[in-house]
Amino acid sequence: MPEAAEKCVFKPTEGLTEKPLHYCPGCSHGIIHRLIAEVLEEMGQLDNTVGVGPVGCAAFCEQYFNVDWVAAAHGRAPAVATGVRRAVPDAVVFTYQGDGDLAAIGIAEAMHAAIRGEKITTIFVNNAIYGMTGGQMAPTTLIGMKTTTSPYGRKAEETGYPVDIPKLFSEIPGAAYVASGSTDSPKAVLQTKKYIRRAFETQLAGHGYSLVSVLSNCPTNWGLTPVKAMEWIRENLVPNYTMGELKVPTAAKGGEQA
Amino acid sequence: MQKLLVKGNEAISEAAIQAGCKLFFGYPITPSNEIIEYMARRLPEVGGHMVQAESEVSSIYMLLGAAGAGERCMTGTSGCGFSLMQEGMSFLAAYELPVVIVDVARLGPALGNLDPSQGDYFQWTRGGGHGDYYNFVLAPSGVQEAADLMGLAFDLADQYRMPAVVAMDGVLGQMMEPVTFRQTDTAHLPPKTWAARGKKGGPKHDVVGYILDPVKAERSDIQRAARYDQIRATEQRWEEIALDDADLVVVSFGTAGRVARAAVREARQQGIKVGLIRPITLWPFPTNPIATALTQNAKGFMVAEMNMGQMVEDVRLAVNGRAPVYLHRNMGGSMPTTEELVARIRTLAGEVSVHA
Repeated sequence: MPEAAEKCVFKPTEGLTEKPLHYCPGCSHGIIHRLIAEVLEEMGQLDNTVGVGPVGCAAFCEQYFNVDWVAAAHGRAPAVATGVRRAVPDAVVFTYQGDGDLAAIGIAEAMHAAIRGEKITTIFVNNAIYGMTGGQMAPTTLIGMKTTTSPYGRKAEETGYPVDIPKLFSEIPGAAYVASGSTDSPKAVLQTKKYIRRAFETQLAGHGYSLVSVLSNCPTNWGLTPVKAMEWIRENLVPNYTMGELKVPTAAKGGEQA
Repeated sequence: MQKLLVKGNEAISEAAIQAGCKLFFGYPITPSNEIIEYMARRLPEVGGHMVQAESEVSSIYMLLGAAGAGERCMTGTSGCGFSLMQEGMSFLAAYELPVVIVDVARLGPALGNLDPSQGDYFQWTRGGGHGDYYNFVLAPSGVQEAADLMGLAFDLADQYRMPAVVAMDGVLGQMMEPVTFRQTDTAHLPPKTWAARGKKGGPKHDVVGYILDPVKAERSDIQRAARYDQIRATEQRWEEIALDDADLVVVSFGTAGRVARAAVREARQQGIKVGLIRPITLWPFPTNPIATALTQNAKGFMVAEMNMGQMVEDVRLAVNGRAPVYLHRNMGGSMPTTEELVARIRTLAGEVSVHA
């Protein structure tokens, strides 16, 4: 065979390091890391990006992303990212946050980053449970869902209802792009990748804050196999959260739709 | 050089800008408000930003992000706001990030009131947040000194890669005095090659604060402790008056230290053998002049402070039982008067001379 006939059909993204992931088998964090890394690579921004990490299962994710990194305390990533953004106005700055990090302890920092129209991108990983601490209730835990701190199932009369973060943030004028994707199927993963790209494009265009919510799983704390966990996202999380592109920048309207 | 009549809060703000501070993150709180307002007005003129955060919790983490990206940055706050920042200050210490934090202290605990107090001494000098760490703590006693200490605070923070706290109170923040702004020489400071600003073709920078490997964690703590020891040995700063033959040594800082200076001078004129140590660095605490005074003539120490008695613990540690240490305290936002301190100096000078 002549060399010219060889064609590269797959290669690892330059956006991730070679460090093996510490996540549980079947966890969606690996998929979401890869999507972000691929988008930044495709946009030629790997040398110009600063990521800001959460506390939670992804607390050590700077080891995996091949970009500069500042780790935040629990919930404070949008504040840290604001500091980075103001210090380095031409960089791409993003936060990677779970549901406890963003929707509970850090909802003030997240909402005010959006209210200020801070030119950062937030990737919000929602698996409706606290992973790292061992399966406690999150603000996004569904009604009836059993966790270690809602052992009889989440009751609305005691703990209210799950908060729909993308819907809530889409009401904030400073949030220029808000989308809600999933990881439960190859189709959903590819769709989510498009959302992530548009979020970073929104930031680079200077339109304001951007947020991509990604429905994720937790086979370990849900007590399901990886395959069953994906089905559980599709059957339970997707119907309970607003999906798709909720808000696109005014300047970008009329462009390609998802 | 030009002299300007400036409020303490405005003087430290201008001094910070002249020291190259381009970013300020904060939340309004009295009696520190002139700082955030001055920064809002002035920073855009030098190409910087003031970001008004939604809380002090947020502003301290904005500071962490900007410092992690290698910029000179600061915040200013007071009392409750300083308490809210303590989680972030623990992170700043672990991340080894240079920042400057001004606490224009108010009376506490709780909301307290706006009167001047030195009740935040423990929080300033013991780290303040969770874990095992220290911050530089610089305590001015006037507006000119406050302006001078701002440049020093940025330089020390950069040199040793740790936060520097400028310990003020409502009197120092609000009063007006003539000020000359002076530049510091920053040529000796190390370049911030560790800053996360995007790789720009170079290696990846990770600004993080956890070490999961216990062996590495211990090594890191040992290195940081060694740096603290080096700072204790080389960076103590204080003002002293007439220690050589002093029977009684007054130790007092900040606003109280300013009154104590006048009281010591007045007592000397009355023939009392009294001297003064006014700590300028509260951490590292100036143990050296206390040791020197003990080898000279000191038979007793009088600590004058505006709290229930906090710095007195550091003085007792430094004296280590070699002489009596007395406390003269003003609480509830009250300040000592010169006459009151002279009277106490007279009493204590008599006591220590008799007992020695």
